[in-house]
Amino acid sequence: MAETPQSRHSAFQVLTGLFSLPAGARVGIGPILAAVILVIIVMAALLAPYYVPYDPLAMNAMARLKPPSPEFLLGTDPYGRDIFSRVMTGGRVSLLIGIGAAAVSVAVGLIIGLVAGYFRTADSIIMRIMDSLMAIPAILLAIALVALNGPSLGSVIVAITIPEVPRVVRLVRSVVLSAREEPYVEAAIALGSSMPKILMQHLMPNTFAPLIVQGTYICASAILIEAILSFLGAGVSTEIPTWGNIMAEGRSYFQIKPGLIFWPGLMLSLCILAINLLGDTARDLLDPRMKKREG
Amino acid sequence: MEFKSKDFSDAKRVLKLRQLSVGLTGRPDADPVLNGIDLDIRAGETHCLVGESGSGKSVTSLAVMGLLPKDALEIQGGLIELEGAEITNAKPAQMRELRARRIAMIFQEPMTALNPVLRVGEQIEEVLNMHTEMSRAEAKKRTIDMMEQVHLPDVERIYSAFPHQLSGGQRQRIMIAMALILDPDLLIADEPTTALDVTTQLQILKLISEMQERHGTAVLFITHDMGVVAEIADTVSVMQKGRIVERAPIRELLTNPKEEYTRTLLAAVPNLAPRPARAAAGAGDVIKVEGLEMTYGGTGFFRKSAGVKAAQDVNFSIAPGRTLGIVGESGSGKSTVARCVMRLIDPTGGAVTVAGKEIARLSRRQLQPHRKHFQIVFQDPYRSLNPRWTVARSLCEGPINFGTSKADAMAHAAELLELVNLPRDALDRYPHQFSGGQRQRLAIARAVAMKPDLLVADEAVSALDVSVQAQVLDLLDDVQDRFGIAMLFITHDLRVAAQICDEVLVMQKGLVVEHGPAGEVLANPSHDYTRKLIEAAPGRHWDFANFRALETMRATQGAIS
Repeated sequence: MAETPQSRHSAFQVLTGLFSLPAGARVGIGPILAAVILVIIVMAALLAPYYVPYDPLAMNAMARLKPPSPEFLLGTDPYGRDIFSRVMTGGRVSLLIGIGAAAVSVAVGLIIGLVAGYFRTADSIIMRIMDSLMAIPAILLAIALVALNGPSLGSVIVAITIPEVPRVVRLVRSVVLSAREEPYVEAAIALGSSMPKILMQHLMPNTFAPLIVQGTYICASAILIEAILSFLGAGVSTEIPTWGNIMAEGRSYFQIKPGLIFWPGLMLSLCILAINLLGDTARDLLDPRMKKREG
Repeated sequence: MEFKSKDFSDAKRVLKLRQLSVGLTGRPDADPVLNGIDLDIRAGETHCLVGESGSGKSVTSLAVMGLLPKDALEIQGGLIELEGAEITNAKPAQMRELRARRIAMIFQEPMTALNPVLRVGEQIEEVLNMHTEMSRAEAKKRTIDMMEQVHLPDVERIYSAFPHQLSGGQRQRIMIAMALILDPDLLIADEPTTALDVTTQLQILKLISEMQERHGTAVLFITHDMGVVAEIADTVSVMQKGRIVERAPIRELLTNPKEEYTRTLLAAVPNLAPRPARAAAGAGDVIKVEGLEMTYGGTGFFRKSAGVKAAQDVNFSIAPGRTLGIVGESGSGKSTVARCVMRLIDPTGGAVTVAGKEIARLSRRQLQPHRKHFQIVFQDPYRSLNPRWTVARSLCEGPINFGTSKADAMAHAAELLELVNLPRDALDRYPHQFSGGQRQRLAIARAVAMKPDLLVADEAVSALDVSVQAQVLDLLDDVQDRFGIAMLFITHDLRVAAQICDEVLVMQKGLVVEHGPAGEVLANPSHDYTRKLIEAAPGRHWDFANFRALETMRATQGAIS
């Protein structure tokens, strides 16, 4: 796509256009706080192996259900594992699934959506398939996939992606449908541009802004679904700590050890709240109509 | 031609503006949008505000209505008086009451000004219900009466119709009925006929003056169309960059304009006298259209419906260096013909031969190598260039598709910019950095970059101000002379057609009703519909550019009657 200096230049322009704030647009304290929290959570998860005091899987029969202390910051679980180490490490899988599911859904949805939007014949077939995919609940699908393949990161991402793809397809298709009526697209047809060129160079850039927004929502909902699946025992294997399965294991000890549910739950909520807030902000900044209404 | 010449100096003053200044909100140091506007309108008077886009006409009307967008514009000084009472800083509640009873407004696009989910009769009645104590029955009776006054046919049926079920002219009549039902003192009409066909425009203009006479309303009429001004104005104020540069009674302004700007504005108005036809620049026809037919719909999967015949039995040919104009009102099928010729849509019948090749039946792939022979310039310069692409990339797109190397295409693009009178550094800029007229030049340059044999201009100057329009028409002429291109010019504006076309084809409801040399068709029309179109053209007896009546048209007038 970026085969000429010009197109690279314009892609750069698009990106700066997306991320530099339009003149006069004000961003409140909320989104900035959200961005800071998210950066901290991501860094904490990425760097977890280098700073957590204990191996999150190492059991210690001598230190079961310890209360918080300088030795164990948030206490220990029934197997004597350090809760702080587990919660920090658990974020790695959650974030990986969130970003992975968002990236895969957006990429697949973009391609299918472009085709559906541009080719009338393909459109009706693709959209009926998408309608039926939308009818599949993510959680049931995940349980089925795990039953077939065993618990793995891949099954979880696939299970979350499949019901999300149709939403992305619909979004991309609607953008393409309206953009292809633009005179500049007709001019490109008249200039003899090939169909792939029109699709990639004229139509696709129109979808980037709404896709970024949609991506953040998918990311947040994927993290949540992963937690639910882990909680139900249908997520990634219990050998890898995730926020979901830490909470699942802590369920039976809730009465004596509420921290087992509280800390991963807090991280999960903060993370999702931050991502959604950033998504809303991106939507407001990218959509000139929303901006006007607020001002 | 007859102008209005009534003296209003004794009439009651309805609106008075003194040194009105409007600027960007919160930025008193920035250049003002309106700069010291003085204006008086008296009862029964029609005061026209004319000027090019961006001159501040609409901002003036919004300021009077108290409808300035608060976060963008604010009144920064001066005085607005309505019948002696100052309303410059009236409170929103006060303005709301005033807007209903004393000032009313009609807009350019009646479809967006009406609520699409309410019956039009109810919308008129709502005004009465909100602002008067009338009972429901009385209100309905008054509404029906008003609808009759604006000459709507079959009032009972239209009363319970939804806006989309009415024509543009009927919708505008509804808007007028709604505006005048409380008998306001001042009616502000912001380009109320711009979106309408000429014949409808004439009816609406007549209606506005009839209603004005009946109710003694003062009218502030905003328009960019000098023809309309000549028909309806008592007094004209010419605006430029937020100032009123000249104000005079209509006859004086048109015969003896004082200001240089007014003169250039008037000089740019094309007159209806057709140009002399030119000889072909070469032998043979660049394009030959035979029995072209386009039917929309009608190919249902389960049952065949009749379909809409957008164009039927269209025949014409254009020689190199000549221009054929297709004129007609909206829905006449003129754009359909252009799109069929460009193969942006596939005609359902007939043959189109361009540069010796029949293209109506070619598949998209077969057509690809042939596309360079015919190019198109669209109406809306704001949407016909990809906003994300630099000018250079847009200009090079076509030639690169046909195998020109990038370096050659760039060199050629720079030459083209010179041809269309734009600076070379425009190459690295984006479309939003150019004005409408400049963008249309870029669109022309992009089409010419392909060295086409045929150029289709689909309402290519309709969205532009008159002065810019004249420049773009000159450019098209120049390009045609230089390269001997044949041109198919689609327009609804007979003035423009008279300026540029050698031959004219008149379409009505998908059918060609008249076809001949421009001089013949425009000066001596043989079909009723053509005659109706010409007679509806506002200000057609006036030669604006030479500040005098148009002699030739007088002669024609005699010939018609």
